[in-house]
Amino acid sequence: MTRIRLRVNGKAVVDDVPPRLSLADFLRERRNLTGTHLGCEHGVCGACTILLDGEPVRSCLAFAVACDERDVTTIEGFADDRMMAVLRQAFHQHHGLQCEFCTPAMLITARDLIRRNRAGSEKEIRKELAGNICRCTGYTNIVTAISAAAATLAGGEDTDIGATHHKASA
Amino acid sequence: MMHAPSSTGYGVGASLLRKEDARHLHGRGQFVSDVKLANTQDVAFVRSPHAHARIKGIAIPPDAEGRVFTARDLPRLAEMRAVPQVNGFKVSGYPPLATQKVRYVGDAIAACMAPTRAEAEDLANSVSVDFEVLPAVIDAAAALTTTSSLVHESWANNLFIERVFQEGNLDEVARTADVVVRRTYRMNRHVAVPLEGRAVLAYRDHRLDELVVYTSTQVPHIIRLGLAEVLGLEERNIRVIAPDVGGGFGSKARLSPEEAAIAALALELDHPVRWVEDRGEHFLASTHTRDHHYRVTAYADTRGRLLGIDVELIVDGGAYAMWPNGPFLETGMAARNLPGPYNIRNYRVKTYTVATNKSPIGPYRGVGRPGACFAIERTIDEVAHAVGRDPLEVRMENMVTSTQMPYTTIANLKFDNGDYPAAVKLCAEAIDLTAIRARQQRGETDGRLIGVGFACYSEQTGHGCGEWVSRGSPFIPGYESCTAQLMPDGTLMLLVGIQSHGQGLETTLAQIAHEELGIDPAKISVRHGDTGLSPFGMGTIASRSIVMAGGAVAHTSRLLREKILKIGAHLLQCDAADVRCAGGKIVGRSGAVGMDEVARVAHLRMEALPQGVEPLLTVTSTYQPGIDTGVYSYATHAAVVAVDPVTGLIELLDFAVAEDCGTMINPMIVEGQVRGGVVQGIGTALYEEIPYDEQGQPLAGTLADYLVPGAAEMPAIKIVHLHTPTPYTEYGVKGMGEGGAIAPPAAIANAVRDALVSLGAEVNETPLTPRRVLAAIRQAQAKTRG
Repeated sequence: MTRIRLRVNGKAVVDDVPPRLSLADFLRERRNLTGTHLGCEHGVCGACTILLDGEPVRSCLAFAVACDERDVTTIEGFADDRMMAVLRQAFHQHHGLQCEFCTPAMLITARDLIRRNRAGSEKEIRKELAGNICRCTGYTNIVTAISAAAATLAGGEDTDIGATHHKASA
Repeated sequence: MMHAPSSTGYGVGASLLRKEDARHLHGRGQFVSDVKLANTQDVAFVRSPHAHARIKGIAIPPDAEGRVFTARDLPRLAEMRAVPQVNGFKVSGYPPLATQKVRYVGDAIAACMAPTRAEAEDLANSVSVDFEVLPAVIDAAAALTTTSSLVHESWANNLFIERVFQEGNLDEVARTADVVVRRTYRMNRHVAVPLEGRAVLAYRDHRLDELVVYTSTQVPHIIRLGLAEVLGLEERNIRVIAPDVGGGFGSKARLSPEEAAIAALALELDHPVRWVEDRGEHFLASTHTRDHHYRVTAYADTRGRLLGIDVELIVDGGAYAMWPNGPFLETGMAARNLPGPYNIRNYRVKTYTVATNKSPIGPYRGVGRPGACFAIERTIDEVAHAVGRDPLEVRMENMVTSTQMPYTTIANLKFDNGDYPAAVKLCAEAIDLTAIRARQQRGETDGRLIGVGFACYSEQTGHGCGEWVSRGSPFIPGYESCTAQLMPDGTLMLLVGIQSHGQGLETTLAQIAHEELGIDPAKISVRHGDTGLSPFGMGTIASRSIVMAGGAVAHTSRLLREKILKIGAHLLQCDAADVRCAGGKIVGRSGAVGMDEVARVAHLRMEALPQGVEPLLTVTSTYQPGIDTGVYSYATHAAVVAVDPVTGLIELLDFAVAEDCGTMINPMIVEGQVRGGVVQGIGTALYEEIPYDEQGQPLAGTLADYLVPGAAEMPAIKIVHLHTPTPYTEYGVKGMGEGGAIAPPAAIANAVRDALVSLGAEVNETPLTPRRVLAAIRQAQAKTRG
């Protein structure tokens, strides 16, 4: 067991962890942060993406012991984040989720690519999403949602927070 | 029966945003592996490393006693026996934990339990099994004649079943036809890959005398039935809960050995026990799909008019028949759908469903039809090439027209309505065929070759009692159920026997109840996936839920409305015929009373009820569609590809769908389903395959060597709708969940054929990998050189 001290969603956490415990298992099993999903546990599907010191990381490939003195943000940790609020609304409004297993990580990845100004064109968004598999939507609506959120955040037309109906086909 | 769009903007036809999104956008969904119960122990399975072997002994380390469970330790656990009512089908038991023999790599042998999965895996690695390795039956065609090695030794051969279907006079056609086209096609074995794998958590609830089984399934009531059978329990003593389910696509619609084993284990323990499939286990041991081998001979006249087709089909069913249906459904669906949406009057199909030492097959989006569509649609194009005509014209000329509807196909499918050729035309416009042909003429500066391909299908959905009986299904999912419960405050609870795992049924079923009762969808809860809550139902399979459960909600809501109106009219002191439900109120000529008031009276103030009306506002009813043979959605798909003749790489430049699923309850959700299905079909077409070597070792075990479509490779998919409501269902809806996955392999292979037409190459095997494309080009070049 190794003692680690880290911040998870802004709160200080101290725990003793076996060296082989993955960050994902640490978050899910010990912190009950089950919004981080495990889709492959070998770093391909991207469903376990979280932020480590602000950068997206596959939590299934990271070890908890390596996160001593680090800062972890999971999908449960964006309560006051405007980018995430706009993205959530855009995914809702453009039907960017179906079974929803990929969604938390897809949102975290989307937020990061908007932050890095990588949501300029459809092609660019698609390329940036190469590390996140969605098996349900066929990606079209995810790309549309990210594009719309990026436009809103850039000061363009506001994503309609109170919307109840899908725009294109209503 | 045309259905006017809902006047309120929340009912049938409205693209209402989904009710289920809120929890998931915040990571607050609850999948099986998210359910936390005190003292839960994790399980890892010891699995066979051999395709076929006899178990001589199992050595368990002395310190592992009480933590490793073999079949011997779980005496209540019986074999799973799939017994379809089909003459000649050989029944084989499937022991959830192998007893004498293992029959595929991944076959489970023992369950190992520990406080964490990692420790359970350590334990599994410490168990050693002594095997006597047997020759493996791997090649499906060879399995037809191999008797020296038998997957099931009580059988005389390796055939689950062989069948012949024949209609018309094919021998006469064969003698006289001007044009004969012969091809072999292969759709290779792959797997569903829902992003959430399977997962089971079970424990005993002593207070309720129940075995509680959380499982990631599409069919909770059917799983309860299966568990009762294999565990020898009464159904009142089992509760199956499918919480949020992270995709299924058919792969979570059968009783799995792991579900049975974990449930059996829980009966022996005084704490919860769970198993969460990892991705490696999914590739190895979840149900596989497709694995169709076709030999097609088509007879045509000089215009390309199809006179008859003669087909031999082998389906590799893998080692076992999955409970309850076994692999025959796959074969039967392929055989019946092979003539496609075409007017073919002479047909013969011989089918062989073989057993091999591979993971058992089960349903996957499209069931049977993607293979059948691949075979007929590739053949149509080859007939067109043989007579020197445009495949699009030949396709449309052979197609069943709207004036022929209703139309009974040669394989006895009864198309209800629709304009199939119109979909072809619309799809060609959607991809701008004229512009693509012009681009082809100009050529590409990078040397790539452009091609366009079409494929069409009709999709039988919402089929009823008679259809399932004729297929030999052990259970008849020809109905669905609903309990509608108006709460004392006038909000509504709908309890249904289906399961929603991405289809948005929490929203669409609320829209239907709104349509009938006028209650705001925001004030309606839809509960599904729990045998402890809902009336018995057959689950979400076979593109049936909107027809069946949607119908059940409509029907039940109307029965509830009758009673609501009776009470409302009494409170308004008028006649029940003069009141209606609207905007959350019961409205009469001279006044209105709130739904909440009616609900309050029905529950809390019985003295105000009209005479003879009982308290409570709870109705349970079932629904079956007005036709047994199903209602048919249909579509044409078009793919535009660029093929690099040097590397064999295919890029999808464009993809369009022209589809008709009758009335759409929620067009936004319909389009989501279409796009998702299409991308899965593109996976089948271009990427997804689990090859096996000669010893029966699967060669794809991670997402690094098994590719699924990613955002970067996918085009934005265009959709055009046609609207032909069917008279046989509520509102004129047809099911459509699977359709998207049916046509992409055929459309893409036809597009590649079109791109390579100058080289004379064609690829008739999926996935169309660069290696296969290059092999086809080289083969064509060798032929030209002679």
